[in-house]
Amino acid sequence: MAKNAWWIEFPQMERETLVALRKALDGAYRDFSRSYGDVIEAVFEPLLHFLVWFEKLLLNAPWWSVLLAVCAFAYLASRSWKIVAGAIVAFLFIGYFGMWEDTMSTMSMIAVSTLLAIALGVPVGILMARSDRTQTVVTPLLDVMQTMPAFVYLIPVVMLLGIGKVPGLLAVVIYAIPPVIRLTNLGIRLVDREVLEASDAFGASGWQRLIGVQIPLAFPTIMAGVNQTIMMALAMVVIASMIGVQGLGQPVLRSITNQYFTLGLLNGLAIVALAIVFDRVSQAYGKRLQLQYKQAHHA
Amino acid sequence: MPEPMIRIRGLYKIFGAAGEAVLPMVRDGMSRQELLDTHGCVLGLRDINLSVPPRCIQVVMGLSGSGKSTLIRHINRLIAPTAGEVIVDGTDVADMDEAALREFRRHRASMVFQRFALMPHRSVRDNVAYGLTVQGLQSMEVEKRASRWIERVGLQDFADRYPGELSGGMQQRVGLGRALATDPDILLMDEAFSALDPLIRYDMQNMLLDLQTELKKTIVFITHDLDEALRIGDNVAILRDGSMVQQGRPQDIVLTPADDYVADFVKDVNRGKLVRVESIMKPGTACASAPAIPLGTRLERAALALSEAAADLGKVTDRDGTALGTVSQLDLLDAMVRRRRPSP
Repeated sequence: MAKNAWWIEFPQMERETLVALRKALDGAYRDFSRSYGDVIEAVFEPLLHFLVWFEKLLLNAPWWSVLLAVCAFAYLASRSWKIVAGAIVAFLFIGYFGMWEDTMSTMSMIAVSTLLAIALGVPVGILMARSDRTQTVVTPLLDVMQTMPAFVYLIPVVMLLGIGKVPGLLAVVIYAIPPVIRLTNLGIRLVDREVLEASDAFGASGWQRLIGVQIPLAFPTIMAGVNQTIMMALAMVVIASMIGVQGLGQPVLRSITNQYFTLGLLNGLAIVALAIVFDRVSQAYGKRLQLQYKQAHHA
Repeated sequence: MPEPMIRIRGLYKIFGAAGEAVLPMVRDGMSRQELLDTHGCVLGLRDINLSVPPRCIQVVMGLSGSGKSTLIRHINRLIAPTAGEVIVDGTDVADMDEAALREFRRHRASMVFQRFALMPHRSVRDNVAYGLTVQGLQSMEVEKRASRWIERVGLQDFADRYPGELSGGMQQRVGLGRALATDPDILLMDEAFSALDPLIRYDMQNMLLDLQTELKKTIVFITHDLDEALRIGDNVAILRDGSMVQQGRPQDIVLTPADDYVADFVKDVNRGKLVRVESIMKPGTACASAPAIPLGTRLERAALALSEAAADLGKVTDRDGTALGTVSQLDLLDAMVRRRRPSP
């Protein structure tokens, strides 16, 4: 009896074939990135400019003006002084422990990646809501994006674009975009059929229906997706620091390699503080909208 | 007889993928249940023919599941027919292309919904203005026209509120204002007052009748409430299981129901308040001293007039006082209280 009978050991692929396959795929991708890397980089050029400009804006502005802007933003979105007070405490803590600059870098990264995720994710979500076929195609893709270990898609991004802000941004967006897509889809599908019928009965075109009824009514749900996206982007910031993204992730990475416990903890806490502020502000905004609509449905 | 505003001819609606394919069988008289069991299709409407004269209120009545909401949605093609014509002012709505249909819905026919279907994210003002916004009018013009209709439905103090803050009756006023704001020829009202309390419903009916004397729209009004149907309808059509059972003036339906189903429907109606003397008067002449009862008098009033004059026979007179026929106490009593059965 042969030692490697197929019922004893799994009949796996020949080692040489596997190596050849890997080489072929890696080679093909490398060739692709060599020939098209520059083009793709050029495409992302404006994004990089915007990112750099925004980071500089945050870094060069005096700390109190940034704090004021954050407070104004928090108040306008949530209408709650408690949340504003929380934001002030969080930012004072961050500044006092010397993490202001890293926090500004992280904030600019989060802001740009969230905007990009919304700009890409909302249209995809709308397309998904319009056709069941699109939904069946996109849903498994989103599942893969959410379950694939984040490190894995750092590899092709780095191969394509090297190390730096733009590949970091891409990695963050890929990781953080699924919730905004999913919840845009869900929100639009949940819009009251009767209201849609009314809009049809008054002769609204597809576009008028989308802009005037579907998106506004789905907005609280979309905001819940945006909130999730922000949270996931923050979580990704540490991992993205491995490919050269500046910000709070860098000191965390340094503390892992050098076993600086306090440094790691402080920067970790700063990320947590940012997360809480963003989360509370965006949730309060979503809730405020939802309250207004709910009244209407159950009067 | 003026040219009808809406003429529905041979309208069939079969829900389900095989709708077109099973149509011949339905035409040959396959029953609703059989259709569902053998083909999995639901028969919505069967051979509906209906003419609505301009500037009249046409009521379509039936119990739930009778197809009345399906029927009204064919008039603005929210539901497309399986077969048949829906001709509005000379044009078949079923044949319109997308653009023409949109224009038709924007300018010619508006709809009021049972559960209001207001937009919760828009204020009362913006809800009333919705149809005008969809038409793409300038905001000044929209504002002007919307304000006029908000006032007309009595909501001027609530213009900046949101639908969620209003009571049901007020919400439906918004619905009515929204429908009237585009100044359509046709108003489609799908159980518009059914979700309201009886008192509020009564108020809303009055409001509609008031508006109608002034606006003279062609109104198709769906209801399952007979009192409402008789009260506001110039004409009433009764649907049962997707087929038209009877249509006519309210008093015709009450006095001569077409079948047991309709008879059952109308058995508790107060005929004294609804039926007019001319529909029961008999030819002949009464003595000169008999009390005169003008045309159009309701039975209850006529009976009162006779008993006050202590006369058994009254003469029905037209506007000039010419006698047209007679009506007796006994006829009046009989017409008011006897339970009607359809003539065999």
